[in-house]
Amino acid sequence: MKKAIITVVGHDTVGIIASVCSYLAEQNVNILDISQTIVNGYFNMMMIADVTEPKSGFSDLVTGLDEIGKKVGVMIHCQREDIFDSMHRV
Amino acid sequence: MINMKEVIETNKMIEKENLDVRTITLGISLIDCIDPDVDRLCEKIKEKIGKKAEKLVETGQSIEKEFGIPIVNKRISVTPIGIIGASACRESADFVKIAKALDEAAKGVGVNFVGGYSALVSKGMTRGEELLIRSIPDALSVTERVMSSVNAGSTKTGINMDAVRLMGDVIRETAEKTADKDSIGCTKLVVLCNAPDDNPFMAGAFHGVTEADEIINVGVSGPGVVKTALEKVRGESFEVLCETIKKTAFKVTRAGQLVAREASSRLGVPFGIVDLSLAPTPAIGDSVADILKEIGLEQPGAPGTTAALALLNDNVKKGGVMASSYVGGLSGAFIPVSEDQGMIDAAKAGALTIEKLEAMTCVCSVGLDMIAIPGDTKSETISGIIADEMAIGMVNAKTTAVRVIPVIGKKVGDTASFGGLLGYAPIMDVNSFSCSDFVGRKGRIPAPIHSFKN
Repeated sequence: MKKAIITVVGHDTVGIIASVCSYLAEQNVNILDISQTIVNGYFNMMMIADVTEPKSGFSDLVTGLDEIGKKVGVMIHCQREDIFDSMHRV
Repeated sequence: MINMKEVIETNKMIEKENLDVRTITLGISLIDCIDPDVDRLCEKIKEKIGKKAEKLVETGQSIEKEFGIPIVNKRISVTPIGIIGASACRESADFVKIAKALDEAAKGVGVNFVGGYSALVSKGMTRGEELLIRSIPDALSVTERVMSSVNAGSTKTGINMDAVRLMGDVIRETAEKTADKDSIGCTKLVVLCNAPDDNPFMAGAFHGVTEADEIINVGVSGPGVVKTALEKVRGESFEVLCETIKKTAFKVTRAGQLVAREASSRLGVPFGIVDLSLAPTPAIGDSVADILKEIGLEQPGAPGTTAALALLNDNVKKGGVMASSYVGGLSGAFIPVSEDQGMIDAAKAGALTIEKLEAMTCVCSVGLDMIAIPGDTKSETISGIIADEMAIGMVNAKTTAVRVIPVIGKKVGDTASFGGLLGYAPIMDVNSFSCSDFVGRKGRIPAPIHSFKN
C-alpha cells in the first residue's frame, strides 16, 4: 500500500472536510486516518490516505487538492508518506 | 504511525526555514566521446548529454511535487574536459568550442549549470590540460552555464606551483573579460586542493575518472533549519548544542537520501552519494553566519569563530553519516561570502577579514569562497592566496578551494553584484605586500610528511 499525508491548514470555515473527502472519494483514494485540531485559531487537519491507485495519478491528485484549497481558502498539501518516515524514524 | 506534530515540523522546515535539496547532480562520463576531431567530439558530447540527461529536470520536478520538498537545482557534471579534449584540441580555441557545446547541451536539457570544464593537475599538467587552463577566460566569457575547476594540489602529490601561478593570471584575465558584469566569470571558476570525484556542488563539480558511466549525487542544505533548532537551546551546554545539531542534520540528510534514492530509481541511474553540506543562499534565514551567531558570536569573525565552526561542521557530519550510508562530496558547512547575507553583513561591519576566513577554512569544508577583492589585485597576489589555501588542504588532508573575484574597476568599500543564488559582496581588503618572488619559483611544493603530526 502506498500512503500519502494530506495536510490542511487555514482559517476554519464550513465544508473544508466535506470538499476534501468528496474529491478523494472521486479519485478512488481511501482515507485511513484523520486527526484535526485548532492551533492559534488556525484549522489544522491531517489525513493519512491510501494512494495506491488514484484515478488520475498521484501528481494530478496533488494539483487537484491544491486547487480545492485555493477555492476554499486554505492550504492543502498532499505528500508521499516516505518524506516524514525518513525524517522522523531511525 | 506518523503523527501530526512530526508532519507539522517537517512542513514548517520546508515552508519557513528554507529546508530544501540544493541540487541533484547527474554525473556523466564522456570518456566514450573522445575523438581526434574537435567538431565530431562536440557533436558526440551534445548527443550524449542530451540523451542521458533528457529526463533529469522533469524527474526532479515530479519528486518535488510528490514529496513536497523543493529541489532547487538540477545539474550535470562531466568527466574533466582536460582529459576528454586532449586528443582533439590543438589550441585553446578548440577547448572553447567544447565549452560552447557543453553550454548548448546544458540549455537543451534545461539544467542551470554543467560542471567539469576542469583540469586535474595536482602534480603536473599535460599539454591538453595547460591549453584548457589557458582557454578558461574565453570559455567562461562566451558561455553562461559552464563551470570550471582546476585541482592544483593534493596531500599525496603536493602543490603544483606552476599551475597555481598560471591560475593567478587566468583568474585576472577571466575578471577582465567579464568586467562589464562585475567580473562574474570568476564566480564560475574554482581552484581546488584534494578535489573530490563525486562533488555535486558547483563550481567544483566534475565526474571523476574513478566513477561509473553515470551516477546521481545529491547535495542537501538547511542552515535555516539548524538555526531554528538552536534557538530553542540558547544558553544550554555544549553537549546539548551538539546533540541538537546532530539530530537536525540527521533529519535534513534523510530528506536528501530519500530524494537521491527516488531520483536514482526513476532515472535508472545508480545512486552515488549524499553531500552533507550546509549551503547558504542570500535569502534571509538561509545563512551559516546566522548559525554561528546563534551559537554565541556577535558576528562571524569574532574570536571563537573557528571553534564554533569546527563544532558545527563536525556535528553536521556526525548526524549526517547516521542518516546515509554513502556520504561524499564536500560534506560540511560552506562559508561563501556573497551567498550568505550574514557573512555579507559581517564583512561590511569589518568583523570578517580574508585572514579570518582563511583560518575558518582549516576546519570547514571547502575554502575561500565567493570573495570579492579589489580589481587592481595583482595576479601574483591571487596566486599567493591560492598557494596558502592549497597548503591548508594539503597538510590537513582535506578539500580546500579558492573562488575569489577581482572585481575590475572596484575597490574596498564598493559592492559587486552577481545576481540570483550568487548574491552580492562587499569588496574585501587584501594584504598588498608582495609574494611575487615566492610564487615566481618554478616547480612544485613536495607532498608533506604524514608522521610527527604537530
